[in-house]
Amino acid sequence: MAEAVSTRQRILILFAHPALQSSRVNRKLLAAVSGLEGVTVHDLYEAYPDFDVDVPREQALLAAHDLIVFQHPFYWYSTPPLLKQWLDLVLEHGWAYGREGRALHGKRLLCALTTGGRAEAYRREGHNRFTVRELLAPIEQTARLCGLEFLPPFIVHGTHSLSAAAIEEQARAYRELILALRERGSSRDEAPPELAAATPGVSEVRDAR
Amino acid sequence: MHGEGFFFQAFVYLSAAVIAVPIAKRLGLGSVLGYLIAGAGIGPFGLRLVGAEGQDVMHFAEFGVVMMLFLVGLELRPALLWRLRGPVLGMGGLQLATTALVLGGVGLALGLPWQSALAIGAILANSSTAIALQSLAERGQLRTEGGQRSFAVLLFQDLAVIPLLALLPLLATASPAPSARAEGWAASLAPLPRAAVLLGAVAAVVIGGRFLIRPAFRAIARTGLRELFTAASLLLVIAIALLMTKVGLSPALGTFLAGVVLAESEYRHELEGDIEPFKGLLLGLFFIAVGAAVDFSSLAARPLLTTGLVLALVLLKLGVLLALGRVFRMRLEQSLLLAVVLAQGGEFTFVLFSFAAQNGVVDPGHAKLLVATVALSMALTPLLLLLHERVLSPLLAAAPVSREADAIDEEGAVIIAGFGAFGSIVGRLLAANGVKATVLDVDPERVELLRRLGLKVFYGDASRLDLLHAAGAARARLLLLALDHPEKAPEVVAAAQKHFPQLTVLARASGRTDAHALLEAGVRHVYRDTLDTSLRAGVDALRLLGFRAYQAQRAAQAFRRHDERSVRELTHLRHDRAAYLDRARAAIRDLEETLRAELERRDERRDLGWDAESLREEFGQAER
Repeated sequence: MAEAVSTRQRILILFAHPALQSSRVNRKLLAAVSGLEGVTVHDLYEAYPDFDVDVPREQALLAAHDLIVFQHPFYWYSTPPLLKQWLDLVLEHGWAYGREGRALHGKRLLCALTTGGRAEAYRREGHNRFTVRELLAPIEQTARLCGLEFLPPFIVHGTHSLSAAAIEEQARAYRELILALRERGSSRDEAPPELAAATPGVSEVRDAR
Repeated sequence: MHGEGFFFQAFVYLSAAVIAVPIAKRLGLGSVLGYLIAGAGIGPFGLRLVGAEGQDVMHFAEFGVVMMLFLVGLELRPALLWRLRGPVLGMGGLQLATTALVLGGVGLALGLPWQSALAIGAILANSSTAIALQSLAERGQLRTEGGQRSFAVLLFQDLAVIPLLALLPLLATASPAPSARAEGWAASLAPLPRAAVLLGAVAAVVIGGRFLIRPAFRAIARTGLRELFTAASLLLVIAIALLMTKVGLSPALGTFLAGVVLAESEYRHELEGDIEPFKGLLLGLFFIAVGAAVDFSSLAARPLLTTGLVLALVLLKLGVLLALGRVFRMRLEQSLLLAVVLAQGGEFTFVLFSFAAQNGVVDPGHAKLLVATVALSMALTPLLLLLHERVLSPLLAAAPVSREADAIDEEGAVIIAGFGAFGSIVGRLLAANGVKATVLDVDPERVELLRRLGLKVFYGDASRLDLLHAAGAARARLLLLALDHPEKAPEVVAAAQKHFPQLTVLARASGRTDAHALLEAGVRHVYRDTLDTSLRAGVDALRLLGFRAYQAQRAAQAFRRHDERSVRELTHLRHDRAAYLDRARAAIRDLEETLRAELERRDERRDLGWDAESLREEFGQAER
């Protein structure tokens, strides 16, 4: 029993929504994962309405968790500005990346997004022309550079046309995913950071920067 | 009637100045030449409005030089003075010695006894502090290399007057006239006690300046009577001048020293503001008197000799100074400036020649001729400067001369007027980011406290133009008006905009009515005391009621943007309407208009970029 607890992943949900008061989907998604044991929900726009991100605090939060979730609406194929500000300030050289920057090595990153456009739109022949995964390239590369494992994103498409029931369904699915990720540990997670750093992919990335 | 005579005199001098100086300035000749011409115009060889009493006026007006040195001292902190010690002793000493020897050699060659020749050389080696500094200041060249070096040389000359007065009688070739006496009673003492007295006087000025004057000024400042402070400032300068004359030191040197001692004090700008107009008037008077004293009769009687003497004096001094400039590795253009500025005889020569004549060192006839020569050489200086400015300098300086190098003072780019709760926060923010502001405040207790905490704060009322000037408003970039009584602000703004057009004014306003007045006065950066604080309280209130933090923040931002816009709009409205009867009614009217506008705005939509309503309408029907 004690072993099971120790292998549990601690999850940090970084939630970024500038106007949650008018949100339909994200509000439900957030509610579905709030209050879970081992899951910390961090509402960025509530914490930093003035964009003055508290870097040491954020770094301590990251250090204390194994899985980081970026949950936000997909604005203009990207994150809301505060999350970008957060990335710019918190992922410091020498801490998150660079020769000494190993604080995040071995952790994992999940993007949980909502898009107004339907899934068909995010295809070569769709009107957005790229897949969400392709559009997430900057985040994926950020994760790699910091030694984070980038998980396949959780995406809720077509929010404009989702019925209340469909939203509930998506919220349930999100909760299931988070719970599953909380329980699941990969062999790589338990590897000591030195080993993770020695894997070809990571060292290659480090040199590239 | 005596009084009538005085007023007539004053009328003559003032009219001459008021007529001649603006014309000279307009022609680009500088104020010094303007005053000199005015003097010549009213003098014995012009309109003959001024006779022999011109000499008395000159002696009285010499006090302007004393005041000028006091002001120069105020600008010069002890640390800076210490840095100047090299140029003062090295360049100043060499200038005086070399010039004295060269001019003395000429005298010897003309057949004078060596004692006379040496005395004349030493006396003529002095330059005119008044003309040199005034010309440099007027052209903004005090801070250039040449300007600084000139100042150093002049300072040494002022120092050298003391031993010169002591040594001159030793060079006597004829028996001294019965009336001859050294200046001051201390001269009659034996060398050792005399040195003690001199040192004592200097120590009194330094120690008094440090420990007595400040508490005295603080007490006077507390009365809040401006004219009392002016009186005290004048009293200080006059008292030091008297003390110095008594012990046989140069009064100019004494007040200079007092100025340096007080340069660090909080009353520096106030003192500058108070003394400046007196100095200006007296110096002008002095130049007029010099102009009136120029002896055109000797020029007319012996034109060749007089012209020759003037040219010889000026050219020899120029030569020595240029050589010194080379020795001290100055740039040629700056070295020329130094030479031109210092090539004339000084105002001390008038005193020194009469003293030398009385002591039988110099033949009285020669002395008279040489005084005329010196006066003419002084009149020549502005012309030489003009030549330097218009012809030589442009020829030599391919690149523009950097005037900011080697600044005498450290007056900042920012002036903060009023260091209460408002001004102090701004000042601290600036200081935390390495911006040193010049701070003015009218509360002597607060100034005292802040200075004890190590802040650069000066006592003074920023609504005074002269004080803003003294605080460096002509060079500053920003003026922050954070007065405790913002009603005064529009006046200050008007004055600042008129006299310091380069200044950007940032003004504190206590409320909307105040803001209107400031905006009307043309200030673009107006800060209402309570707006930001109140909005922060409003944001917190909204949050406590359950609003999202960012929503509340955006609401406040929108509110503020709208509010600032409405203040500006209402300012124009207000302007169109007939003037308000009083401030209270204006405030009520403003509030009423604001609230009405607020109600009309209730349904205004914000942050539509985040609003998916229209998107849902357009794209959301597919699956429904």
